[in-house]
Amino acid sequence: MLNFMLLILIYTGIYALMAMGQNVITGYVGLLSLTQAGFLAIGSYTTAILSVTYGWNFWLTIPVAGLLAAAFGVLIGLPTLRLKGDYLAIATLGFGEIVRNILNNWDSVTKGPMGIQKIPMVKVFGYQLSPYSKWGFLALVWVFVIVGYVLFDRLAKSRMGRALEAIREDEIAASSMGINTTKYKVWAFALGAFSAGVAGSLQAVFTLSVTPGSFTFMVSIMVLCMVVLGGMGNFKAVVLGAFLIQFISYFPQLVGLSNVIPPQFKQVLFGLILVVMMIWRPQGILGREIRGYKPSKEKGGKR
Amino acid sequence: MSELLTIDSISVSYGSIQALRGVSMHVNEGDVVCLIGANGAGKSTLLKAIMGLEPLVSGSISYRGEVIAHSAVEKSKRGLFSSKGSADGSQMHKPSLRTDEIASLGLSLVPEGRRVFADMTVEENLDMGAFLVKDDARIARKKQEMYDFFPILGARRKQKTRSLSGGEQQMMAIARALMSSPRLLLLDEPGLGLAPLIIQDIFEKIHIINKEENVTVFLVEQNARIALKASIDGYVMENGVIVLADKSANLLVDEKVRAAYLGQ
Repeated sequence: MLNFMLLILIYTGIYALMAMGQNVITGYVGLLSLTQAGFLAIGSYTTAILSVTYGWNFWLTIPVAGLLAAAFGVLIGLPTLRLKGDYLAIATLGFGEIVRNILNNWDSVTKGPMGIQKIPMVKVFGYQLSPYSKWGFLALVWVFVIVGYVLFDRLAKSRMGRALEAIREDEIAASSMGINTTKYKVWAFALGAFSAGVAGSLQAVFTLSVTPGSFTFMVSIMVLCMVVLGGMGNFKAVVLGAFLIQFISYFPQLVGLSNVIPPQFKQVLFGLILVVMMIWRPQGILGREIRGYKPSKEKGGKR
Repeated sequence: MSELLTIDSISVSYGSIQALRGVSMHVNEGDVVCLIGANGAGKSTLLKAIMGLEPLVSGSISYRGEVIAHSAVEKSKRGLFSSKGSADGSQMHKPSLRTDEIASLGLSLVPEGRRVFADMTVEENLDMGAFLVKDDARIARKKQEMYDFFPILGARRKQKTRSLSGGEQQMMAIARALMSSPRLLLLDEPGLGLAPLIIQDIFEKIHIINKEENVTVFLVEQNARIALKASIDGYVMENGVIVLADKSANLLVDEKVRAAYLGQ
């Protein structure tokens, strides 16, 4: 039971990183993008390939995973950001599927459907984190979540954060104010992808294996649910959303009812949550964060 | 008096529909210039074209003698990829500027329908208007100026903009556009959907902005009478073509204008 709770909290952390990235794109800029599974996969495979095939240290693979995902974020962002709403969702959904299909078929690099096994365990201050040392992993993952939260929160209160919100509220007005809307949207995409890439890195060293099957479209939907459930435009809220969604999806196992409740039940429940939230509380459980910035006194984030 | 804005036979199309056909006009520095015309004549399209929000099919737009929009070359993508120079031989013209680059030159648009950031407070809206201003002290000073100029905005500074009345929102949109201290203010139907008394009020403010702040004003209006009274030069647009151009005082007594736009 305790072990299970820890597992839920570890996955909450990994998904919270992705959800915070999604929040920049969906909560701040207001773009419905469904790419996080693809970026998670890119991050995971980067760490897996670099550490297994090339013997890199895990800590060196993290920035590469993040930056590579961010590069793909820019690559997919540039052509698709002309699209809006459901058209953007469809285009980005296609991206995730392309990534998964490449991972499935590029045998020489990704080892195909079998995936990459025996990823070396992480060492932190001399301690080796095996999949059984859940407390250690919990700490590792949540250090990343906290650092991510602090950085994202600063970003939100900065000049860039305000630019993103202006773009969401009215793109024509925003560009007339002198905001380079394309540049900021691409930046948002890159940041969202970066955090998903880092999350992928962490997931790879936690599970010690990566397979294409774990990066399905469902992952992107789950991340989107976390943002909507917690509250768009609120980084604390999306972490809460990440926990609730993870809790719900592991609930049958947690209470020992996995024989009675089929695993598909969570997909039904996610859909139900989205519908219920949209009707009764479209702003999410916590709602959008009240802006507290005072630009005339602000020191950081202005350049 | 020097020409601040020069529009040289521009055309703009939406698909197969030509919204503007060979429109030429100019705005002199220090003037108030108005463009009147019926719904759908192409007035807003012209303002959008000036701000780089609509691509030109032909012609060019210059601001202070420099081409800011041109038909031949696609919009620049600078800021994403540093421009690699034009190997295609189009060195004669710099590419058309992006909207944010045009704004940074000192043009400021009060868009049609105001387009306020409804979920932001009045103060936050003004901050957004000063996005290009890097000097915090200047932003604070400018905001105070706006609150003095539009006292109702000072009273409502912490309120969400969506809770403001239409007239208040229009004033806020004008204040937001003035935050960047523009040289040329473009106003798209500032009187749209407002009560006559409030329209009067707004045009008085526009007059002061022009006279005391030395901001050149180019305004587009359906309400021909008030626009012509407020301006020095006037243009009349019909179906994407300029059909009349004269001093506003002359247009006010022009037979055709009186019949078509002033209901006399």
